[in-house]
Amino acid sequence: MIANGAVEGRTGQWETVIGLEVHAQVISKAKLFSGAAIDFGAEANTQVSPVDAAFPGMLPVINRVCVEQAVRTGLGLDAEIRLASVFDRKNYFYPDLPAGYQISQYQQPVVGRGRVVLDMPDRTTREIGITRLHLEQDAGKSLHDQHPSSTYVDLNRAGVALMEIVSEPDLRSAEEAGIYLRKLRSILRYLGTCDGNMEEGSLRCDVNVSVRRPGEPYGTRCEIKNVNSVRYVMQSIEYETRRQIEIIEEGGTIAQQTRLFDAARGITRPMRSKEEAHDYRYFPDPDLLPLVLDPDWVERLRAELPELPDAKKARFVSAYGLSADDAGVLVAERENAFFFERVAAGRDAKAAANWVMGDLFGVLNRLGVGIEQSPVSAERLGALIDLIADSTISGRLAKEVFAEMIATGADPAAIVEAKGLRQVTDAGAIDSAIDEVLAAHIDKVAEYRAGRDKLYGFFVGQVMRATQGKANPALVNRLLKEKLSG
Amino acid sequence: MSDSSLLALTLAEACTGLAQKSFSARELAAAYNDAVKVAEPLNAYITPTPERALAMADAADQRLARGEALPLDGIPIAVKDLYCTKDVLTTAGSHILDGFRPSYESTVTDKLWQAGAVMLGKTNLDEFAMGSSSTTSWHGPVENPWRRAGDNRPLVPGGSSGGSAAAVAARAALAAIGTDTGGSIRQPASFCGIVGLKPTYGRCSRWGVVAYASSLDHPGPMTRTVRDAAILLRAMSGHDPRDSTSAPVPVPDFEAALTGDIRGLRVGIPREYRVDGMPGEIEALWVQGVEWLRAAGAEPVEISLPMTKYALPTYYIIAPAEASSNLARYDGVRFGLRVEGDSIDEMYELTRAAGFGAEVRRRVLIGTYVLSAGYYDAYYLKAQRVRTLIARDFVTAFEEVDCILTPTAPSAAFAIGEKSEDPIAMYLNDVFTVPANLAGVPVVSVPAGLSDDGLPLGLQIIGRAFDEETVLRAAEVLEAAARFRHLPSFIAGGGR
Repeated sequence: MIANGAVEGRTGQWETVIGLEVHAQVISKAKLFSGAAIDFGAEANTQVSPVDAAFPGMLPVINRVCVEQAVRTGLGLDAEIRLASVFDRKNYFYPDLPAGYQISQYQQPVVGRGRVVLDMPDRTTREIGITRLHLEQDAGKSLHDQHPSSTYVDLNRAGVALMEIVSEPDLRSAEEAGIYLRKLRSILRYLGTCDGNMEEGSLRCDVNVSVRRPGEPYGTRCEIKNVNSVRYVMQSIEYETRRQIEIIEEGGTIAQQTRLFDAARGITRPMRSKEEAHDYRYFPDPDLLPLVLDPDWVERLRAELPELPDAKKARFVSAYGLSADDAGVLVAERENAFFFERVAAGRDAKAAANWVMGDLFGVLNRLGVGIEQSPVSAERLGALIDLIADSTISGRLAKEVFAEMIATGADPAAIVEAKGLRQVTDAGAIDSAIDEVLAAHIDKVAEYRAGRDKLYGFFVGQVMRATQGKANPALVNRLLKEKLSG
Repeated sequence: MSDSSLLALTLAEACTGLAQKSFSARELAAAYNDAVKVAEPLNAYITPTPERALAMADAADQRLARGEALPLDGIPIAVKDLYCTKDVLTTAGSHILDGFRPSYESTVTDKLWQAGAVMLGKTNLDEFAMGSSSTTSWHGPVENPWRRAGDNRPLVPGGSSGGSAAAVAARAALAAIGTDTGGSIRQPASFCGIVGLKPTYGRCSRWGVVAYASSLDHPGPMTRTVRDAAILLRAMSGHDPRDSTSAPVPVPDFEAALTGDIRGLRVGIPREYRVDGMPGEIEALWVQGVEWLRAAGAEPVEISLPMTKYALPTYYIIAPAEASSNLARYDGVRFGLRVEGDSIDEMYELTRAAGFGAEVRRRVLIGTYVLSAGYYDAYYLKAQRVRTLIARDFVTAFEEVDCILTPTAPSAAFAIGEKSEDPIAMYLNDVFTVPANLAGVPVVSVPAGLSDDGLPLGLQIIGRAFDEETVLRAAEVLEAAARFRHLPSFIAGGGR
């Protein structure tokens, strides 16, 4: 239905225009303007200082670590670092906003224009513009399900540092939005500036969607607030695109609106507004001085940045000879790339890639865990590959050993010994096994010699069976060919 | 010593007396506790803390006995009820903070207690420090201990630190601390015949001070003498990492700057401060002040601060704008007053309507208006630009002169209720004081004479940022020349 950004409506083609505002929780030990801790899942209202609860006379003091994380993220997004930025107050009343204002950056964010490069399924790349990144405080949480008539407020999250990362309206389909979000999350995780955990709310997304006829100016947009998974982002865009096209095609107009995604029904619906009139009365927070960065400090952070996914992918292709597709899969998650490199160290990189992406990912998928919880360590997977390389076991036997490693976590060499799986490389033993097989199937030998080449595989299978699969396949091949042609 | 002679001592004299063991800290605290009671009719205190005062005095006596005296050991001090004091009711003069007992101590008060000072109690003020008369408090108006000659009508002590000023003037506190956002230390000091010092912005931490207008709020001392102000300021000052606007600068020994020598000091006399309708007696006192300083060897220089006339309108945009946001936290959710409603919005509305008085509501409305979309540029942004120009006025002036002498207020104390019906007339009280708040420069008000009907009048000396030393030195010379020895009609203890 949606391909190449074009959407077929009743009256012709439409184009979806999407911009994302991602709220990424900064990895730090303390909040943006207070020393309170930020552990996820702590008991309600136990991670709150008088500053977070906006008690009288309390003042914010910027957390240097959070600024550093924002700057590092900006550098990772190839963005302009603004050496002077300003914190503003965004004023509105809500019970989970203790001060009655959120400290944010309005006109002068810490990070300006940047970009994210997307790898598209057709192997092209797309560059998506980043408009800005700014630091702001998170609000607390209103709990409506604790009491029949009252709302409870948990301020643990109040004041936690968020980076709001705003994209240009460069995305053209739900699929692109999904790729963008995954890529952004991957960059944040590489940088260690946000754990990207959407279930825990450390990455949340506001989705701006509008539609237009191709080539025409932007249409009126609707903002879908607080979507908390990549899948929901994609679903909400698909739904919203359809909804807007239908309205326009039926002669209506789109009202600029804030909407919510109802995951259960897969639809978006208008949201109750925070305040009747949205006048946030932004002004510079007089409790905070402008944030001024030392250019040398920024350059030091730039020099210390880790290798990011795009660079790593290019290196995997050039240094390991992997295909771009394989490299792309391996670098998507930082932990996977690290794991792969440990497996590949000093070994056949393609074999390492195949084992990691094939057998290991299959198992992890089945177990529903990430590579950090892999039952097989990189070192042991490497050892398994070594056993193949030095002909101790065949590739076929290796699968069996791998299954055992998954089940027990044991060392592959120990499994080979314990189960007697060591490959037979004794030519004499294989010779006699071949002789027995050929003797038992004289008719088939005749047929083969008469030209039925297809029977070759049958003989190989019989020999392997006779040796319980332990015969060295290369040796079997050589000896079998000699005997059959002889 | 008798109570009345104890109460007559200055802070510097009391320090000496305590050090020489002429009397104990407990005796001094007890005398002041009694004085606080005697002065009750002034309504200067919201919450006296007599037991705490005695306990702190006893601790001071022990240190004095061990020879480990701290700089302010045993000195009884009144605290404007805008400073948060741990476990002690803190109201900001507002109904909305009913029952609020902070779990923390403001930096400035903490420094005072660390220096050995004794807490007498929390003093009354205009609600959230918004006012020039100390009549807008939920806890009732403060009375000035002074009366006009031949007129027994109660007068305002000025504001917003009127409780602190009245207490010091009536000898119900040896010294006090106030806050000055647009003149709230200096104008009441002038009205009550005491010394009031607004330091440089960033000199004293705002941490733990209930915010009115963050970029203009200045904690500072209110005392009987310039020397006392210098001593108290030193104890209150210093960089505080918990206040981002606190300045990381060293704290000088301000008292050491009181050399009495101002020969060659260039004193600016700004022509723009000769405002229309200023009473002749104030103009005359100002001229007298110039002569006193000239006689002491200073060199008066006529200067211009051309942006002065914009200071008041600028102040009454910026201060309410910040206040409208600072006061949003009083919403009935976490502390203080809550008036239940059928919805959260109704609860907010009922709580804030009941909790805030008329002047606070007026400023919240003004502030909300000037920050609103469509008005922000015309009001708030323009005001910020003018503020920059006002600050530049002072920088330019201080290229030419070392300090500036002006009247503190355009009138003496007025009667309670006299200006309450006319907010603009009330705001005009701040005409001489707000420029220094907008510029953040230090300034001290010194009692310099009496009005025709026998009320104190102050002159103020403004200085360069972080040059409180020059300001204090000139102020002490002015104080010595003025020889202001008059006493108010009401004092808690006898005369000298």
